[in-house]
Amino acid sequence: MSNDTWTVAGRTFTSRLIVGTGKYKDFAQNAAAVAASGAEIVTVAVRRVNVSDPKAPMLTDFIDPKKITYLPNTAGCFDADSAIRTLRLAREAGGWDLVKLEVLGEAKTLYPNMVETIKACEVLAKDGFKPMVYCTDDPIAAKQLEDAGAVAIMPLGAPIGSGLGIQNRVTIRLIVEGASVPVLVDAGVGTASDAAVAMELGCDGVLMNTAIAEAKDPILMAHAMKLSVEAGRAAYLAGRMGLRKYADPSSPLAGLI
Amino acid sequence: MTDMLSITVNGEPRRVAHGSSVADLVEALGIPLTKVAVERNLEIVPRSTLADVMLAESDTLEIVHFVGGG
Repeated sequence: MSNDTWTVAGRTFTSRLIVGTGKYKDFAQNAAAVAASGAEIVTVAVRRVNVSDPKAPMLTDFIDPKKITYLPNTAGCFDADSAIRTLRLAREAGGWDLVKLEVLGEAKTLYPNMVETIKACEVLAKDGFKPMVYCTDDPIAAKQLEDAGAVAIMPLGAPIGSGLGIQNRVTIRLIVEGASVPVLVDAGVGTASDAAVAMELGCDGVLMNTAIAEAKDPILMAHAMKLSVEAGRAAYLAGRMGLRKYADPSSPLAGLI
Repeated sequence: MTDMLSITVNGEPRRVAHGSSVADLVEALGIPLTKVAVERNLEIVPRSTLADVMLAESDTLEIVHFVGGG
């Protein structure tokens, strides 16, 4: 297990947990949660600088982009063009080509718009980006994304911020079996056991934000998520026992008095 | 003719002196140049050219940086 790493777009990581940086009380709590999670990648958003308060603390003052890989996202983008524009700005702000593409279909469910997502993915890949792509749990769309240049497939396990857990084990597993790039569950995890479920399905990693940020103790939950991702990965590698309909005694029947 | 230009920065109107570069504007706002990206009229201004690109009347600028997100 100590040399169990995963590689995306030629970059190798040990931690299989990617964490978001939204919704925290403050930057200090956010940084402490990232440290407790053991994550080597964090997602970040691209937004306007507050011109009226330019001295306000910045995320980069608390989470060092030289130590933690920043994965700029396109959260809030509802069409391909705005997602592409956002990531081009992100690349200029930090020089990153590894990015998280998400093109949303509607505000109520934050469900992905796959037509726009695939369109954006093609343009970004041709422009030298390495898009890790938030997507529906559709195995066919996942293959189309790969063809469009996605370096990782990131289906939702349940709607963003819902904490409902992995609602779609069958389709997540189908995507894992069919993919030749890493698959990460992005969205839906609510507590530690959900992350373990995702890993037991054979996913390469899990991405989460709200499950940690909205826990009563985010730093302790970050620690729990670290353990559960490791546990789920180990269980997947170990290979679970088969299911039986009825009991099978663990103690030998021979020699019974 | 006035010696000031009317421009829009992050959605808000602003006036700057003729002959100001994009870098002059960002620095005048007190924003660290190394932590932001700048878009002028929907085109990215590469960091290496921020001091060379001169502002013009009615320019629309977006100055962005990284914030917390999921």
